[in-house]
Amino acid sequence: MAKITLDRIKHSYLAKPDDPDDWALKEVDEVWEDGTAYALLGPSGCGKTTLLNIISGLITPTHGRVLFNNDDVTNTPTTERHIAQVFQFPVVYDTMTVQENLAFPLRNRGVDKDKIKTRVHEIAKMLDLSEMLSRRASGLTADGKQKISLARGLVRDDVNVIMFDEPLTVIDPHLKWLLRSKLKELHQSVGVTMIYVTHDQTEALTFADRVVVLHEGTVVQIGTPVELFEEPQHTFVGHFIGSPGMNFLPCDIIDGVASFAGNTIETATQQLPEVRPESLEVGVRPEFIHFDQKGFPVKIDKVDDLGRYQLVQTQHQGHSIKIVLNEGEEIPSENPCIVFDPKYTRLYADGWVIN
Amino acid sequence: MNKTPNPKAWLFVIPVVVLVAFNALIPLMTVVNYSVQETFGDNVFFWEGMKWFEEVLRSERFHESFLRQIAFTGMILVIEIPLGIAIALAMPRKGPWVSVCLVLMALPLLIPWNVVGAMWNIFALPDIGLLGRMINGLGIDYNFTQQPVSAWSTTVLMDVWHWTSLVVLLSYAGLSAIPDAYYQAAKIDGANAWAVFRFIQLPKMKRVLTIAILLRFMDSFMIYTEPFVLTGGGPGNTTTFLSIDLVKIALGQFDLGPAAAMSLIYFLIVLLVSWIFYTLMMRGEEN
Amino acid sequence: MNNYKWLVTTLYILFLMLPIYWLLNMSFKTTNEILGTFSLWPQDFTFDNYKKILTDPTWYNGYINSITYVVINTVISVTVALPAAYAFSRYRFLGDKHLFFWLFTNRMAPPAVFALPFFQLYSAMGLFDTHIAVALAHCLFNIPLAVWILEGFMSSVPKELDETAYLDGYSFWRFFLKIFVPTIAAGIGVAAFFCFMYSWVELLLAKTLTSVAAKPIAATMTRTASTAGYELGLLAAAGTLTIIPGAFVIYFVRNYIAKGFALGRV
Repeated sequence: MAKITLDRIKHSYLAKPDDPDDWALKEVDEVWEDGTAYALLGPSGCGKTTLLNIISGLITPTHGRVLFNNDDVTNTPTTERHIAQVFQFPVVYDTMTVQENLAFPLRNRGVDKDKIKTRVHEIAKMLDLSEMLSRRASGLTADGKQKISLARGLVRDDVNVIMFDEPLTVIDPHLKWLLRSKLKELHQSVGVTMIYVTHDQTEALTFADRVVVLHEGTVVQIGTPVELFEEPQHTFVGHFIGSPGMNFLPCDIIDGVASFAGNTIETATQQLPEVRPESLEVGVRPEFIHFDQKGFPVKIDKVDDLGRYQLVQTQHQGHSIKIVLNEGEEIPSENPCIVFDPKYTRLYADGWVIN
Repeated sequence: MNKTPNPKAWLFVIPVVVLVAFNALIPLMTVVNYSVQETFGDNVFFWEGMKWFEEVLRSERFHESFLRQIAFTGMILVIEIPLGIAIALAMPRKGPWVSVCLVLMALPLLIPWNVVGAMWNIFALPDIGLLGRMINGLGIDYNFTQQPVSAWSTTVLMDVWHWTSLVVLLSYAGLSAIPDAYYQAAKIDGANAWAVFRFIQLPKMKRVLTIAILLRFMDSFMIYTEPFVLTGGGPGNTTTFLSIDLVKIALGQFDLGPAAAMSLIYFLIVLLVSWIFYTLMMRGEEN
Repeated sequence: MNNYKWLVTTLYILFLMLPIYWLLNMSFKTTNEILGTFSLWPQDFTFDNYKKILTDPTWYNGYINSITYVVINTVISVTVALPAAYAFSRYRFLGDKHLFFWLFTNRMAPPAVFALPFFQLYSAMGLFDTHIAVALAHCLFNIPLAVWILEGFMSSVPKELDETAYLDGYSFWRFFLKIFVPTIAAGIGVAAFFCFMYSWVELLLAKTLTSVAAKPIAATMTRTASTAGYELGLLAAAGTLTIIPGAFVIYFVRNYIAKGFALGRV
C-alpha cells in the first residue's frame, strides 16, 4: 500500500510540444493518500487514461516525477511497481481455469504452492468465485471475467494500488450496481489504495472517497462527492457533476456587490475583485434556488415532474435558469420570484471560482 | 450470427455449385471410371474391379513415394510453422517498416511455381549458382543434381523460402488482433516473455495457425511443379513425391488405370488427414 | 531485445531476396558470361535478354495469355462467389454446412489428379488451348477460396445493415450492389488478390490445357529451357518479369493481405 505523489507531472504524446493544446496532461501536482479510493472523472480525451498509465508505468511522463511512498518510481517498469489493474475489456487467460488465472501472478513471482493455494481460495471466497474455480476462464460472462481480473490483483499482498479503467463498460446494466457495490465493499475490507477511471459521475460519486475531476488535461478539482456538489471550484465541475448541471449567469460588479441583470446577488464569495474581470459569472446549483417574493421575477417555461423532485425551467431577461424543487413543494402561479441561497452561490472568473 | 432459414438461398449458391461441380465431378467420375477398367487403346475398356487399387496399394513404388511425401511434408511443417511464428513475433507492430516487411515477405508467394523451381535451380547449381558456390566454398561437397542429401535439403530449403511467409502473414494477422490490454495485464502479473507467448499469443493465434497448418499440409502434400523443375524428381527417384510420380505414370507411361486408382487414393488421403486435423483442432476449441 | 528482433526480420528478408537477386543478376548477363565466369555483378551488362522477350511474340504473347486467363478467372471467381458467400453468411438452407465443406474439399484436390481428366474434358468441349479453359479450370480451387474469404468478411458485417436497408425500401439487388458490396470492398480486394495469386502461380493445369494459342508465360519458359539449349539469361529475364505483376498487386493490397486469411473461417 502506498501514498502516491504526482510531482509536477506533464505529458505530451508529441515529440516537441509547443502549443498548450499539445499537452495531454497539463500539470498535475498532487499527493494522494494511502488507502483512499480515488476516482478520475472526466469526458473522453480529458487525460484521465494518460494519468492512469503514468501511474501504472505504461507511459513515462514528459516532465515530473511519480513517487510511491517517497520512492521515485518514474522510471521503474510496470512489473516492479507492484500495482494491479482491471481493464475496460476483461482480460483473462483463456486456456487456464479460473483457479490458474488467480494463481498466475503468484506463480510468476515464485510464491510457494501452499501459500498460492490458500491465498487463491481466500480471494475467490471474497469475490464469490469459489464455485467456479475449476471452470475454464474463457467460458465466463463479462462480469465474471472482470472479477477474475480484479482477483489477480487482490491475490498479491504486495500491491501498492489497484487501478480500474472504466471496468463496467461491458457489464450488463442490471449487474453494474452489484459489481460497483462489491468494489466499494472490497475497498472497505482490504483498505488498499484504489484509482478508478470513469466518465460516469454516478460510478465515480458512489465508489470514491475522493473524486479527481479532469478537464482538458488539467485537474480542476479534487474533493469528496459532497464538496464537488456544494463547492465546485470550476464551471466545468458545475456543468459535469449534478443533473441538471449548475446555472451560470453573466455577472457584473456594481458598487462592490455582485449583480445579475441589475439584480443584486448575495454570494459566498468573500472578496470581490475591484474591477470586473473577463467573463465573470455567478454560479448556483438548481437545488439551491427557491421561490421567494424577496427575489427577482422570472417567467416559468416548463415544469417536469421527475418523481422525487420537480425540474422547473424559468427565464429572466432571456437567461434561462433551472430550479430543482422537492416533491410537493409549491410553485407560485402568479409573479414568481426567486432567490439564490447565498451560502452556495459563488462567483467565477475565467471558469475558476473566486476566493 | 444467427442466420435466417431461407430455402431460396440455394439460388445464390447455384453458380458456384455448377462451376465447381463441372470442374470437380466430371473429372472425378472420369478418374473413377479409369480406375476400375483396363484399356489397350482404341477406347476399348474392360472391367477390372479393384485390381488397380490393390496393385497400387501393394506396389513398392507407391509406398516409397508416399513415405517420401510424408517425410517431406512433416519436415517442412516442423520448420515452417515455428519459423513463421518466430518471424511474426519479431516483426515490427507499427510504423512504416510494417508495409515494407509485408510486401517483401509476400513476394515469393506470387512467383509462378516453375519460376520458383527455375530460380532455385540457377541459385543452387554448384558451378554457377550463388548458393552452390557458397556451400562448396565452406568445404562441404554439395551438388543437388547428383547427391540425394543435397537434393533433399535444397528442395526443403526452397519450400521454406517459398512458403514460410504465408505462415508469417497469418501469424502476424493473429498477433495484430490481440488488444494491448493483454500485454499490459501480463506485465502487471509479472509474466515473462515465455509466459506471454504461451498464455496470450499462442492461444490467440490458434485459429490462424490452424488455417496455416492446414494450408501448408494440403499444398505441400500436392507439391509438383517446384521440385519437378528443380530436380526433376531425381537424382534417381529421391525427390519423386506423390504428384510427380502420379504424372509420370499417367502422362509419361500412360498407365491410365493405375494412375487413376492412385489419384483416388491420393485424394482420399489428403481429405482424410485434413478432416482428422480439422476435427481435432475444433474439438480442442469446444473444451 | 529490440535490436535482436530487428535482426531476425532483416535476416529473413535477406534470405528471401537472395535467390531473387541472383535471378536479376543472371538476367543482365550474357549466356557466355553465365557459363564462363562466376561474378556477383554482371561484368558485361546487357539488356539483350529483356529486349528479346519484349520483341519476340512467342515470348511476350505468353505474358498476354497468362494475364488474360488470370483476369478472366479472378472476375468469374469473385463474381459467382459474392452471392454464394452472402448466402452462407446470412441464411440457413438445406445442406448448407455440407455444401460449404464439399466446396472446400476441392481446394484439397491435388491438381495432378485432375490434369488428365481436365485435358479430356476441355478437349471434348472444344475449349482446349483457349484462355477460358484455363480460367474455368482454375475456378476449381479459386472459387472455394473466394467464397471462404468473402464469407469471413461478410459475417463481420452486422445483419442490422441489411435490415435497415430493407426498411428504407431498398430492393435486394439494389441493396446488395449499392450498399453491401461497397461495405465489404476490402474483402473483395483480398479475395481478388488471392484468386489472382493462385491463378498466376499455377502451372500444371495451365500447361496441360494449352499448346500454342493460350500458352502461359511460365510454360513458354519450360520449353526454352529444353529446346533452345540452355539459355539461362533469357530464362532469368523471363522469370524476373513474372515477378513484376505479383509485386504490383501486393503493393496495392499490402494492408489487407494478412487480414484476409485471419477473417476467413475454417
